[in-house]
Amino acid sequence: MIGEPDISSGVALYLDDVQVTFDGFRALRGLSLSIDTGELRCIIGPNGAGKTTMMDVITGKTRPDVGTAYFGRSLDLTKMNEPQIAAAGIGRKFQKPTVFEHLTVFENLELAIKADKSVRASLFRRLTGEQIDRVSELLETVELADKGKERAGLLSHGQKQWLEIGMLLAQRPLLLLLDEPVAGMTDHETKRTAELLLSLAGKHSIMVVEHDMEFVGAIARKVTVLHEGAVLAEGPLSEVQSDERVIEVYLGR
Amino acid sequence: MLYIPPAPSLATRIFGLRGWLAFLAAALTIFVAVPLANLVAPEGSFLHLSDASVALIGKLFCYAMLALAMDLVWGYAGILSLGHGIFFALGGYAFGMYLMRQIGRDGSYHSDLPDFMVFLDWKAYPWFWSFTDHFAYAAALAILAPATLAFVFGYFAFRSRIKGVYFSIITQALTYAMMLLFFRNETGFGGNNGFTDFKRIVDYPLATPTTRMILFTLTGACLLALILVSRFLVSSKFGRVLTAIREAESRVMFCGYDTLSYKLAIWTFSAAICGLAGALYVPQVGIINPSEMSPAASIEIAIWAAVGGRGTLIGPLIGAVIVNGAKSFFTAAIPEYWLFFLGLLFVLVTLLLPKGVIGLFDTLASFRKERAR
Repeated sequence: MIGEPDISSGVALYLDDVQVTFDGFRALRGLSLSIDTGELRCIIGPNGAGKTTMMDVITGKTRPDVGTAYFGRSLDLTKMNEPQIAAAGIGRKFQKPTVFEHLTVFENLELAIKADKSVRASLFRRLTGEQIDRVSELLETVELADKGKERAGLLSHGQKQWLEIGMLLAQRPLLLLLDEPVAGMTDHETKRTAELLLSLAGKHSIMVVEHDMEFVGAIARKVTVLHEGAVLAEGPLSEVQSDERVIEVYLGR
Repeated sequence: MLYIPPAPSLATRIFGLRGWLAFLAAALTIFVAVPLANLVAPEGSFLHLSDASVALIGKLFCYAMLALAMDLVWGYAGILSLGHGIFFALGGYAFGMYLMRQIGRDGSYHSDLPDFMVFLDWKAYPWFWSFTDHFAYAAALAILAPATLAFVFGYFAFRSRIKGVYFSIITQALTYAMMLLFFRNETGFGGNNGFTDFKRIVDYPLATPTTRMILFTLTGACLLALILVSRFLVSSKFGRVLTAIREAESRVMFCGYDTLSYKLAIWTFSAAICGLAGALYVPQVGIINPSEMSPAASIEIAIWAAVGGRGTLIGPLIGAVIVNGAKSFFTAAIPEYWLFFLGLLFVLVTLLLPKGVIGLFDTLASFRKERAR
C-alpha cells in the first residue's frame, strides 16, 4: 500500500531537474517546477515544449532518465506505476474526452468513485447509499444531474469534458492535471468550465495545460511557460506576456 | 431531476420477465420436449426426433457455449481471440483421454493401450496420461488445462499490454502452433487422426439412446447455467468495468482499476467454458482431432459472434446456430462453396449489420415504433 501523500509542507507537486530523452530527442531537459496545495496553475508553451511529456512523467507513463518527482513530501512518483499514482491522488484528463460511451453518465461516475476496485468486489458488492450520494453530488458539480440515465456517448463535446472532470473528481484527487480542457468548446461552455475550475481550486491543486489565452487569463493566477523541455518563465500572466524571451519563443523573432 | 438508478434484485438483474419466460421455455424444451420426442414418441410419427437430430442439437449447444465464451471476451472486454479453438480442443482432448481408456481391450489390437500407441510400438502410457482413467480427474482436467494455458498466456500478453490486432494475431499463431504439435504422432494424442472409436462412458455404452440423451440434457443444463452465470457477470459492476476497458482502457487504469486482473479473469473464464464445451462435444460427436485447432476453426467462432451481434450474449448463440445451420446445408449440397459463403457472410455482416442479427431486430423494432407514432 502506497498511502496518502504528505502535504504538510504546502507543496503538492515538486519536480526537480527532470530529464527525458526519446531516441536521442531530449523532450525534457532539466525541468523544475513546484505546485502548492490548492493552487490553480496554468502551463503554456509552444508545441514540442514538453507539456505532455511532463504530464506523462507525473502520472507514471514515462520514467525520467534523471531528476526527481515528488507528490507531496513523501511519495516518489518515479518509483510508482500508473494505477498507484492514480490511487495516491493524481487525476489526469487527456486532451480528447475519454468517457465510457456505452455506459450511462451515472455508471461512468460509479466506476470512478472511491471504492474497493478488486475483481471480487466488482462481482459481488452493491452500491452503498453513501456511494450513490457521492455520484449524485458529482452529477450536480459538473451540471449533469438530469443526464444520469443517458448514455455518455450521446453527450455534447463540452458535457463529455465535464463528465470526465467529474470522473477525476470522483477519486478526490489532491492534484488534477487537465490537458487542454476547453479545446473544441463553445464560448459558453468555456466560460462555464472556467467557473467550474475556479470553484475547484483551493479544494484541489490543479494544473491546466492550455493554448487558449483568453481562458488562461480568466482562470490563472500564476502561469508557467515551458520551452524546449524546461521552464522559461513563471509568474502572473501579464508579467509573463511582457517577458522578452516569451515573446521571442511565441512569435519566433 | 436527479437520476438514481434502480437497485434490482439479483433475479431481475439477470433477466427481465420476458427473458425468464424464454429461459423457462428453453429449459422445458431441453429437459422435457426433446427427451419425450426422442425416447417416447414412436418412430415415424411427426413428433419423433431422431437420434441424429439430438446429436446435432447437442453439438450446436457446444458451439453455442463457444460463442458465449467468445462474446464475453470480445463483445464485452473487446479482446478478439482468434485462438479459442485451442481451449475447445484441449478440453476435448483431456476428456478424450478418458474415453480412450474406457475402450479398454476392445480396440483393434486388443491391448490395454489405445490403438495408436500400439501402432507406435509404445509399451506404456506417457506420464501425462496418468489418472485419466478416472472420470472426475479427466473432467476437471478438461476445464483446468485450457484455463491454465489461458491464464499463463493471458498474464504475459496482458502484462506486456499486447492489444487489438496484435493480440488476435498472436492467438492465431498460437492455435496454429498447437495444431502442428498435435499433428505429430510423438506428442501422444493420436496424431492427425486424433481420438475416435469411443465405446463407453462411465462403463455405459455410448451408442445407446439413453446415454446419448443424458449427455444431451447435461450439455443443455451446462449451456443454461453458463447463460445465467454470464448474465450475472455482465450485469454486475464487473461487466461494466469490462465494457469500460473495451472503450478506454487507460482511463479505467487511471480510475484506479488493475485492468490486468479484470482481463485475465474474463479471459481465463472464457477458456474454461471452451474446455467444458470441448469435453461435452467429444462423447457426442465421437471424434476429436487437430483440425479443431486450425486457424480457420477459431476464426469461425469469431464469425458466429459477429453474425449474431457482439456484446448481447444471446446474439452469438443465435449466430452459432445460423452459421452452423448454413454450414450443414452447404457442406451437404454444394460443399465447394461453403468457404466462399462464409467469407461473403462475414463481409456482408460487417458492412451492413455491424450489430449483427440482434441489431437488425432492434432496428426493426424501433422502426416500427417510429411508424406507430
